[in-house]
Amino acid sequence: MTDATPLYELKGLSKRYMRGREATTIFDQLDMTISHGDFIAVMGPSGSGKTTLLNLLGGIDAPSSGEVRFEGARIDNLGQGQLAKWRAANVGFIFQFYNLMPTLTAAQNVEMPLLLTKLSAGERKKRVKTALDIVGISDRAGHRPRQLSGGQQQRVAIARAIVADPKVLLADEPTGDLDRATADEILQTLQLLNKDMGKTIIMVTHDPAAAKYARRELHLDKGRFVEKELA
Amino acid sequence: MKQIVSVTLLNLRSIPQRWGMSLATVLSIALVVGVLLGFMAMANGFRATMQGAGGDDVAIMLRGGSMAEMNSVLTRDDLRLIEVAPGIAQDADGQPVLSAELYVVVNGVKRSTQTEANIALRGVGEHAPALRPGFTMTAGRMFEPGAGELVVGEGVLREFAGFDLGQSIRLGQNEWRVVGVFSTGGTVFESEIWADIGVIQNLYDRGSSMQIVRARLTAPEALEELSAYAEEEPRLNLEVLSERQYLSRSAGGTTNLIMFLGWPLAIAMAVGALAGAWNAMYASVDARTREIATLRAIGFGGFPAFIGAMAESMLLALAGGVIGAVLTYLAFDGITASTLGGGFTQVVFDFAVTGDSVVQGVILALIVGFLGGFIPALRAARVPLLAVHSD
Repeated sequence: MTDATPLYELKGLSKRYMRGREATTIFDQLDMTISHGDFIAVMGPSGSGKTTLLNLLGGIDAPSSGEVRFEGARIDNLGQGQLAKWRAANVGFIFQFYNLMPTLTAAQNVEMPLLLTKLSAGERKKRVKTALDIVGISDRAGHRPRQLSGGQQQRVAIARAIVADPKVLLADEPTGDLDRATADEILQTLQLLNKDMGKTIIMVTHDPAAAKYARRELHLDKGRFVEKELA
Repeated sequence: MKQIVSVTLLNLRSIPQRWGMSLATVLSIALVVGVLLGFMAMANGFRATMQGAGGDDVAIMLRGGSMAEMNSVLTRDDLRLIEVAPGIAQDADGQPVLSAELYVVVNGVKRSTQTEANIALRGVGEHAPALRPGFTMTAGRMFEPGAGELVVGEGVLREFAGFDLGQSIRLGQNEWRVVGVFSTGGTVFESEIWADIGVIQNLYDRGSSMQIVRARLTAPEALEELSAYAEEEPRLNLEVLSERQYLSRSAGGTTNLIMFLGWPLAIAMAVGALAGAWNAMYASVDARTREIATLRAIGFGGFPAFIGAMAESMLLALAGGVIGAVLTYLAFDGITASTLGGGFTQVVFDFAVTGDSVVQGVILALIVGFLGGFIPALRAARVPLLAVHSD
């Protein structure tokens, strides 16, 4: 891999679902490149395939045809075990409903991805603290999700996404469940991660105000991309 | 390993979130184990009572082919030949230590139900106490030979009304007086009433016949010598057994009957509990679908999810097994009951919840847990990753 190698390359990517006996095409022959350090807001109407695209980029769904390359290597043809390892090493997920483990504390939730590494308990503890510091929620480390507000839970989820130092953060409607002020705080955090820490972020959102925090907007409609440069 | 431990702990920590269904599973398994252990306690108690009475150094002689005391008839001539048989111990006076015995069935009234039940009234010789290890008179005295006097076992006193010390009691046509209470340390003999054999023979028109002869052997090995004598003596038609062999044979039928009832019933109930466990585990996996999918999206494998679900199922089953065992122990262990033993008389025995039966009960619970958890655990391992988006 050279510096010129893009983070993601999508070539002739198609995704079709069978609904009963009828095949529904979500997108067809999609080509796209995503560079290191990018912050992309993927927008589009419901059913346009935004989340499907995110699933394909995150290796939690497989394309019907075409290629998904990550730093030059195909991931669309990896087995489940290899994909799990690839995700653990390269991807941090942020979900609309946070997807935290309700019985674990914030710190324990953040530690989960590190359990897949060979780090010692002490090293894991340090990394968890750093991640919680970055998202500004260290004072809630011992709290369980039900003791946290929505915004706080999403911060914990972001800390979990970044704790293993992945190359890309995939965020699915990260502010979809939050009020405006809290959403802005979360988006500022993501922007900080992108600008100051160089994290590549791909964010699916319905919210034009949220999209403004990205470097570029990608509109997905009728299986095609329409791009708009922002910052 | 870290993956498996952390996912398993996640599963176990989430049990209280589904406490209702988890509790129902635990209780249904506890019930299965309780029923099984109840039957086993009954069988164990009965077996222990019967076998506990049996010594290897006491020989039982009954008519060949009679199989049980009730069917056996021995004559005075038989007794004379037995008295000179080899291998039988002698007392200080040089007399053989043996007891010719004859029992008849009489009716007693059970204290618990006020219903009539059979009791063995055994006519015994003077050496009868010496032939029961642990025999002690706990109250009163031994009957006088030739008198209409009874001594009663503690089991009879506990279970049946009208046998208190000093009391007169009518058994059939005959009036008796209770002059003593004896114990043999919880063995089957405590379920009997004893009187002088001569009196029993007279009152019940048995002439000089008896049913068995019980004899102290010089050593357990002397049984062979005695058997050989009985076989070679053409005037005798005897079956010779050690007391332990005889009582084991008598206990076997009833014990097996109890177990033949207990196991199928427990297994039928286990199938019901299995459905409960299955349901609870499906609910658990369903409730945690997004959680499991999230873990897998993060990079965890399907195997830890499988082990986590299995661990939850096994833990619930173990809890059910232990609760069932503890409750059965508290409810049944040591309680006294009586049932029909060999010879159609009541045998009084104590329920015994033994370590072995607890282990078997817990194993049954774990089998229910394993089978109930297996398919849901497979489902947990195969949760689609796209479930991360479910709400």
